[in-house]
Amino acid sequence: MSVRKKSTKKANGLGQLIIPLTALALLLLFNLFRDPNFFSIKIAVNNNGNSVLSGNLITIIDNASALAIIAMGMTLVTAACGGQDISVGAVGAIAGSFFVQVLKAWDTITAGSMILAILVCILSAVAFMMFNGTLVAVFKIQPMIATLILFSCGRSIAYWITGSATPQLEGSIVRAMGMTIPGIPIPTPIFAVCLVGIILALIFKFTNLRLYTQSVGVNQGAARLNGINPTAIKFLSFVLLGVCVAVAAMIGVCRMAQLSHKTLLVDIEMDAILAVAIGGNNLGGGKFRLAGSIMGAYIIQMLTTTLYAMNVATVNVKAYKAIVIIIIVVAGSPVIKSKVSALISRIKAGKLQTSAAKGVE
Amino acid sequence: MQNDAVLTMRGIDKQFPGTKALKKVDFTLRKGEIHALMGENGAGKSTLIKVLTGVHEKDGGSIWLEGVDGEAHIHSPQDAQNLGIATVYQEITLCPNLTVAENMFIGRTQGQTVKWKDNIKRATEILNNLGIPARAKQELSSCSLAVQQMVAIARAVDMNCKVLILDEPTSSLDDKEVEMLFGLMRDLKSRGVGIIFVTHFLEQVYEVSDRITVLRNGELVGEYAIEDLPQVELVAKMMGKDLNDLADLEQIGAKHAASGEVIYEAEKLSSSESRAFDFNIHTGEVNGFTGLLGSGRSESVRAIFGADRVTGGKVKVKGQEVKITKPHEAMKAGIGYLPEDRKRDGIIADLSVRENIILALQVMKGFFHPMSKSQMEAFADEYIKALSIKTASQDTPVGSLSGGNQQKVILARWLLTHPDYLILDEPTRGIDVGTKLEIQKLVLRLANEENMSITFISSEIEEMLRTCSRLIVMRDRNIVGELTGEQLTQAQVMKTIAGGEQ
Repeated sequence: MSVRKKSTKKANGLGQLIIPLTALALLLLFNLFRDPNFFSIKIAVNNNGNSVLSGNLITIIDNASALAIIAMGMTLVTAACGGQDISVGAVGAIAGSFFVQVLKAWDTITAGSMILAILVCILSAVAFMMFNGTLVAVFKIQPMIATLILFSCGRSIAYWITGSATPQLEGSIVRAMGMTIPGIPIPTPIFAVCLVGIILALIFKFTNLRLYTQSVGVNQGAARLNGINPTAIKFLSFVLLGVCVAVAAMIGVCRMAQLSHKTLLVDIEMDAILAVAIGGNNLGGGKFRLAGSIMGAYIIQMLTTTLYAMNVATVNVKAYKAIVIIIIVVAGSPVIKSKVSALISRIKAGKLQTSAAKGVE
Repeated sequence: MQNDAVLTMRGIDKQFPGTKALKKVDFTLRKGEIHALMGENGAGKSTLIKVLTGVHEKDGGSIWLEGVDGEAHIHSPQDAQNLGIATVYQEITLCPNLTVAENMFIGRTQGQTVKWKDNIKRATEILNNLGIPARAKQELSSCSLAVQQMVAIARAVDMNCKVLILDEPTSSLDDKEVEMLFGLMRDLKSRGVGIIFVTHFLEQVYEVSDRITVLRNGELVGEYAIEDLPQVELVAKMMGKDLNDLADLEQIGAKHAASGEVIYEAEKLSSSESRAFDFNIHTGEVNGFTGLLGSGRSESVRAIFGADRVTGGKVKVKGQEVKITKPHEAMKAGIGYLPEDRKRDGIIADLSVRENIILALQVMKGFFHPMSKSQMEAFADEYIKALSIKTASQDTPVGSLSGGNQQKVILARWLLTHPDYLILDEPTRGIDVGTKLEIQKLVLRLANEENMSITFISSEIEEMLRTCSRLIVMRDRNIVGELTGEQLTQAQVMKTIAGGEQ
């Protein structure tokens, strides 16, 4: 009995992640058959003179960093508010502008000015996300409408802050943050993803954020009658999204060593929402799995990289991406899910019956 | 197969993953009879109905319908409708923003165009014919719930149904409305429609039904003519045991008017939804608010818990003045509240039984003090056992449990916080007889043995008389009387509610 209990638990644990895991595995297999060298990882010397790991896999994980981080924050907002924030890219541009402005205040970038810039960047992103959070949590405006405001004007605000089109950054600290730290062969943004993931995991471990967020997302009336403050929880989800956006913005700025208010984190909102959906999370709020969204981000990036590796023209990449995404999303839809689970239970029941029959014999 | 049967179901089997929901169930519905389908939650009533209406496909057995040669094949709700099987559910499934006539004809147009003039004429005919007090052009939302329910029935009847299934049609109606509905049911019966009536209200079964089929644990217990099965025996058959339990309750029911200290006291308490009222409860006392639906009884207890915006009044807990304007403050003061609407305000449907049980305690412990997984599991296990909650595991989403078990989960949630004062608003609504008794017993036990103070609200006056030592009677959002001791009789309560002289 106890064995059986365990196995059902395990199935519950995986449940939601089966689709993204399968998609990821299929993509990997596809690439393996297409080009066995796709996964080769070499040590190469980059243009900073550091020896680093290089290869498609590293590129995928590296390039997906900003998306993975924003997808985590988006998951929280989605779970608590039952809606999505479409202003993450624009707020990222604003936060990036503050970041650059602080760094530009001195002639050279030092560790001190960098720490200050990071703080300002995070605070500004959180402040703008609090604006969204207030509209959604206090004024109960639908998230997509509320965040449409910053979505449309955020990049203009970013332009006002910097005052010029593309300020450039120089210095080893910026290179270390955007690419690799000398002596460490793994790109720094990957560590940023881990850091954000670990921080959120710790928050989940030492607070009731997960339980409260899920309760509010599933039934906020009932959550309120159990002493939870839904407004505060929704607001908090936006604050955390703000932190995620700031980190993603810094990765974007440091990687290019410049700020372009037009292209920094552009179109990332839709990819982030997609990552949340591919991860099997309900876009209507409620239960969520961060791991699913992170996987979703890597799936999206791997898809892009695979298509480029297959020499698909840039203009066509989005169309091919759409086809694969249709398949993943339909495979994860409630209709297909219930059909599959019915099929599985029928097979299981059949097996049980035959084994019972054998037992009788 | 009797020749006056409109519907014959034989040997119906239905299996769900993990459970056998129906085992070789037979059911026969005759022309022009009202046939009550009875059983506790989880007995298989809903499954049988869903098989009949094509929501679920049966795994075995056969269904015959009058006027259909050979076996009837029902694979979808559409099939059922085409074969003349109509269903009216507990929750009204019409569109409130459309007119009565539109609701009656929506989705039933044949051909390309809709002839609204004809439809309105036809709708008026049917409404008059059935004596339903609604106009065809009236917006549905402007009708009372009972009339909306009747419009749903009218829609079904006009689809030339032979079999009409009424699934808990009376649960949100008041007595007068129930009478109206019964009138309509009797009328339809005289026209030869076979009606399957599913309800939890035993009195109602005896008021209108001709025959009763009882299910238990997915199996047929038997089919009885109404005069052959007294109410007590029906309960016994549904529960599968004799009525010692009822006797037990009478014994435990040595309810005592508590003489302990006043644990909670409100003076001129009012909220956005309730008028100012005075109220108090002693340690170990069970009292209740009674009155018709909408009399303000639920709104009053919501004010006590801070569920609505509190607008005024003084509150003392254990003699100390406290401020309770939010549920969290009430919880900290040792008050628990089981809300009237289980689905809307009680359960967090997608979360597991475990999470639902520990929720309130966890919130009281605070945001930064999560319980360990093993502690949660231990608490959940303890209460699943103590209240014998039927669930596959702790991890099962609470939404997939039956109504009675969901209610037990919420009850467990509050018991786990060990409140001094527990408010139960309609804890027994829509749940089966066995669980009802269990909950009543539990209430008395908590009061007697653990000295908990409990406010108990129920639409069934009998239930309140059995558990409460003091009844506060409300009418039109005001307290109009308080009954204790000798006054606690059904007649007296009715009189006070109705506003007769004391």
